[in-house]
Amino acid sequence: MAAIELTGVSKTYGTNMAVREVDLALPEGAFVVILGPSGCGKSTLLRMVAGLEAINAGELRIGGARMNEREPKDRGCAMVFQNYALYPHMSVAENIGYPLKVAGLSRAERKARVAEVAGALELAPLLDRRPGQLSGGQRQRVAIGRAMVRHPKVFLFDEPLSNLDAKLRVQMRLELRRLHERLGATSVLVTHDQQEAMTLADHLVVMNAGRIEQQGTPREVYARPASLFVAGFLGAPAMNLLPAEVLASGDTVRLIDGTLLRLPEPVERRGAVMLGIRPEHVAAGGLAAKVEMVEDLGASALVHARLAGLAPLAFHSPAEAPPLRGAEVGLDLPPSRLHLFDPAGGARLPLGVGQIRQRARAEGGLSVTSASL
Amino acid sequence: MERRATFRSPLLPWLLVLPQLLIIFVFFYWPTGEAFHWAFTLEQPWGGGRQWVGWQNFQEIFSSSAYWSSVRVSLFYAFGTSAVAIFIALLLALFIDREVRGSRGWGVALIWPYAIAAPAIGMIFRFVFDPRAGVFSALNALWPGAWNPALNGAHAMLMLILAGAWQLVAYNFVFFLAGLQSIPRSLTEAAAMDGAGPMRRMRDLQVPLLAPTFFFLVVINLTDSFTNSFGLVDIMTAGGPARATEIMVYKIYADGFKGLDYSGAAAQSIVLMGLVILLTVIQFRFVERKMHYR
Repeated sequence: MAAIELTGVSKTYGTNMAVREVDLALPEGAFVVILGPSGCGKSTLLRMVAGLEAINAGELRIGGARMNEREPKDRGCAMVFQNYALYPHMSVAENIGYPLKVAGLSRAERKARVAEVAGALELAPLLDRRPGQLSGGQRQRVAIGRAMVRHPKVFLFDEPLSNLDAKLRVQMRLELRRLHERLGATSVLVTHDQQEAMTLADHLVVMNAGRIEQQGTPREVYARPASLFVAGFLGAPAMNLLPAEVLASGDTVRLIDGTLLRLPEPVERRGAVMLGIRPEHVAAGGLAAKVEMVEDLGASALVHARLAGLAPLAFHSPAEAPPLRGAEVGLDLPPSRLHLFDPAGGARLPLGVGQIRQRARAEGGLSVTSASL
Repeated sequence: MERRATFRSPLLPWLLVLPQLLIIFVFFYWPTGEAFHWAFTLEQPWGGGRQWVGWQNFQEIFSSSAYWSSVRVSLFYAFGTSAVAIFIALLLALFIDREVRGSRGWGVALIWPYAIAAPAIGMIFRFVFDPRAGVFSALNALWPGAWNPALNGAHAMLMLILAGAWQLVAYNFVFFLAGLQSIPRSLTEAAAMDGAGPMRRMRDLQVPLLAPTFFFLVVINLTDSFTNSFGLVDIMTAGGPARATEIMVYKIYADGFKGLDYSGAAAQSIVLMGLVILLTVIQFRFVERKMHYR
């Protein structure tokens, strides 16, 4: 059963539609990440689930019950805010215990629950401090503790890691995941950081301009982006996108410099397409390119090159022996790794991945089929 | 961020502040100096000749029961007015803050009373509380004499406090509303998620976070009640009945200009000035520095 179910949910501010008829079913106990650029409506969506924004159209169900008209406190959700929203005049213990105090629990009971949460989050030595005396990471943990203490069915995280420095962010990411495993509640996290999204999510939802572009496991979304937007947004460095043309035969594309690439199987589409390939899938081969810049990423080097037709292309190379700037290199774009998109609407053009794999195996590996003119 | 204007000639800045300095000197430092002088001398009612008497004027006022009664009345008026004004302003601000739309307009509308001169307010409230024509005249129709500020000191004080508070509510309201709106929205939202309803949020969150504003307003209101209440008292009660509303500023005026005891009045005004300075010091030393949550 879906823990959270949205049907045709919309939000309008005046004439501006922030969220457009979103249908979403979030599985029970999953870690769901909603990913999108700023202004795509992801936070608004989360706030509508929380009850902090009114829902203009559509229906929200949590645990099967309609929630549109319910107050935030009656929805069984706890939320962690981007700026933590700790009460500045209360100590850490009072902050964590506040939901219990409102719920009318006795002082002793409150103390026990706060101690339990503080133990789990390693906050025990900080209980008497004020939020103003804590570091960013500690404040973050207090905010999580305040959300945990009520044992909610659903955790909502609104960009919780974006105010932390890079190192702490990676560390808190792991802690969030660990916490999720232990508590077993449904978690919904909103972020614009695609790495955070990939690493945390069981179920990834990519949003753009108030709509859901794609959802699925991070692996699915990464391997088969449903649109140009998702292809460009997910993955760092981003997928290479090259304008190309499908020839009349339907099984060959021509790049702007005239290079012909054979597709693993024919497509229905003819004419202009957008050809996508991830940097890590570019191999060595006969396609001439000139190196423009090399970025040493530590584990590997990212090479920015230009094909003969001046189309830019980035690819990974071993960090120890990257090509030099200005050098001519030979590249290969393996057909099984190619993605085709409609350049106008951005939709993915179907290319049966399963069949490609089978065929590649039959041909004896992912050998190259490229020809230069 | 420090912004400092630079001037080529060192004379120009002094010329620019000169008019202001002149005004302050003529209307503040000079009279204050004179008051100090008068407070330690015995001034003739009709002018001509003064005699140095040291602390004698102060000894006289501190040994006068009428003076201490006036101090009591002043304190009662100041604390009463401040309490009423702060409480009502806080309530208004909390309710307006809930309804954010149009709160700017309300803010402007509610500051107007502060811009009205005290004597005008005094006139209005005299009509409002008139025993024969005012809002309580119905009481008098049922029980004759039930309300009469002209005869009953408690009634007169109540009337004065309400009029004074009416003016201060406007001022306090603006500060409270600004204070409330500077509380981050996410705090209120977090409290809502934690299960607190609107009333609970006011009690646990908004009111405690307004503490700095609250203490600031207490000091400002007390100071204001001590010094700016002359117009109200003069128009509404003239210190009566039977000195029940003779607050310190009014007694200074009455002793000085009606009783022609310039020296006694000057000594009283020095005492009042000391009191106001004390309040101001408290504000700067404790309120402004300590009452911040960071």
